[in-house]
Amino acid sequence: MSDIAVKDMQVPQVSGTAKAPDALDQRLAALDLPKGAFAAARADALARLRAMGLPGPRDEYWRYTDPRPFNAPEPAAIARIEGPDSPLFASRDKLTLVFVDGVFDAAASDDLALDGIEITTLANPLGAEWADGLFGTLEAAGQSPVRRPFAALNTAAARDGLLIRVTGKPAKPVHVLHRRASDKADAIWHHLIRVEKGAELTLLETGSVGARSNGVIEVDLAPGAKLHHITAKRANDAKVGLSHLFARVAAEAVLKSFALAVNGTTMRQESVIDMVGDDAVAHVAAAVLGDGDEGPFHHDDTVFVTHGALRGESRQVFKKVLKNGATGVFQGKILVKPGAQKTDGYQISQALLLDEASQFLAKPELEIYADDVKCSHGSTTGAIDEDALFYLRSRGVPHDRAIVFLVLSFLADALEEVEDEGLRDEINERLDAWLTGRGRA
Amino acid sequence: MLKINNLHVKLEEEDKQILKGLSLEVPAGQVHAIMGPNGSGKSTLSYVLSGRDGYEVTEGEATLDGASLLDMEPEERAAAGLFLAFQYPVEIPGVGNMTFLRTAVNAQRKARGEAELSSGEFLKAVRAKAAELQISPDMLKRPVNVGFSGGEKKRNEILQMAMLEPRMCIMDETDSGLDVDAMRLVSDGVNALRDAGRSFLVITHYQRLLNHIQPDVVHIMANGRIVKSGGPELALEVEENGYGDLLAEAG
Repeated sequence: MSDIAVKDMQVPQVSGTAKAPDALDQRLAALDLPKGAFAAARADALARLRAMGLPGPRDEYWRYTDPRPFNAPEPAAIARIEGPDSPLFASRDKLTLVFVDGVFDAAASDDLALDGIEITTLANPLGAEWADGLFGTLEAAGQSPVRRPFAALNTAAARDGLLIRVTGKPAKPVHVLHRRASDKADAIWHHLIRVEKGAELTLLETGSVGARSNGVIEVDLAPGAKLHHITAKRANDAKVGLSHLFARVAAEAVLKSFALAVNGTTMRQESVIDMVGDDAVAHVAAAVLGDGDEGPFHHDDTVFVTHGALRGESRQVFKKVLKNGATGVFQGKILVKPGAQKTDGYQISQALLLDEASQFLAKPELEIYADDVKCSHGSTTGAIDEDALFYLRSRGVPHDRAIVFLVLSFLADALEEVEDEGLRDEINERLDAWLTGRGRA
Repeated sequence: MLKINNLHVKLEEEDKQILKGLSLEVPAGQVHAIMGPNGSGKSTLSYVLSGRDGYEVTEGEATLDGASLLDMEPEERAAAGLFLAFQYPVEIPGVGNMTFLRTAVNAQRKARGEAELSSGEFLKAVRAKAAELQISPDMLKRPVNVGFSGGEKKRNEILQMAMLEPRMCIMDETDSGLDVDAMRLVSDGVNALRDAGRSFLVITHYQRLLNHIQPDVVHIMANGRIVKSGGPELALEVEENGYGDLLAEAG
């Protein structure tokens, strides 16, 4: 799949944002904008997008990641992934909802009925009156102070997605399984999740979608609600992808989001977390393995956490292992608003470079307007620890196996953010299999 | 068992000679101690024998049962039966002690053409040996050396030694940072492993460890060479008078 080089793609040249509307017109012309439900929210989103334009190469927020693959009217075609779905979480009892190129496939999915949760879809939102007036609003709120045009594009253009309202504690996780059918699919989907007071949900996402994908998840957590979100992208998939998580976290609510990505992906993942209630908790983490030999690997995590209430706790833990010319990007910000006293904000981004051809670009930021807070951030780029490598080898562990151990060791802090020990073990086992070449998916 | 002949070693990065013609032989079944002042090259010797990067052998040789050690990768030396108990065991977060140990045991067995241990067999063996060293099941479950006290780390080294069953054990200042009780536990662990087919090279600053692990031969090392060898009484002499007289005598 290594022939999909981003830099080789033929796309219109855009300089600055001045000419962006032209590119935007072309971009929009290639889309089939949906009609029907949420018409007002979609029209607002389109207006937002027109006001913003598409990002240009001089856009500060797109300094480390080339926006052209996302600006282009059509995605470059890529090969379908053959073979079975990833075995990740296969042993877990779960409610699986299948999306094919971003569109819900009811026939391939489990029955939607489950105690404590109401599930409908964006394309067929019958009975989801709760979503009126909510759909698109978290995305809209997340446009300030940083504009995120592709998220507005998503709200305007998403063909399908899940509308999930959690009222209790469902007995099993909801699993979104993405499949790719077309080698040219430009998949745009949008989930809206509302977790009511004291309710809890574990949401798993696996698989691959689209030659290009644009996914938005809006998460609205009521007081005391809890969402555990784990997404694991299909390994060795050369697609171009962009995702946004917009979360509003009310008092004593807990958001835990963990993402896993392995090889071959040009990916930008934005998390925009707004801590609006006292004692809210939000953790976002990612473990990323990129081997440039499997495709022109570029992975960008962009995070913005806003503390707007008392005693909020936020953690950002991002780890990237890069080799053979892979590029990792991290842009992370903690904003503490006036009055958000006793905030505990933590951010760490680290890269393990397995060779000199790879690079990690990090931009950690703190902006604090309250005087009684604890905030820290750190970013490191390093190589394999030679002392640890020698220690393992001196016990008879072969060199390559010792490297695998040290890579897993490096990623451990991020995996710690997966609260469920069983799920964490499964992810660890898959990582081990990938790293030792025993698994490809 | 272990034969070192006229070994000259310098640091790779700088032009500094550390070992200057060291010769030593440890026959099967014996315990030899190496004592010496700071900077005499004791730790360098242990690292060069076990294959750590950063050293260049400029002259001489070292063999284990006749096979040249210096040409082998560290893991090959381990499979050949060499074991180094580290002065500062390394912490490896996120890698379970048991996973690590089982991987090491089975990698060595595989390298030697022996059958790998099943998880049942391994578990049974490790539990029995851990109990002897008063290593709790909790410690076995934790990541390698993470959150271990100094004494626990050293006991963990001995547990690895017991599971890997090396023929030649090098112990680099295993007594450093140990209290009296921990030293007894570690020494009991080592003594339990003593047998006719296994040898030890015990590097230490202090004679007190040698009260617990009684050596057959004591070597005094200074300035990159063995300057004097003798029986256990040599260690007592060092304890009593320091290195001054011995070094003066050796010129």
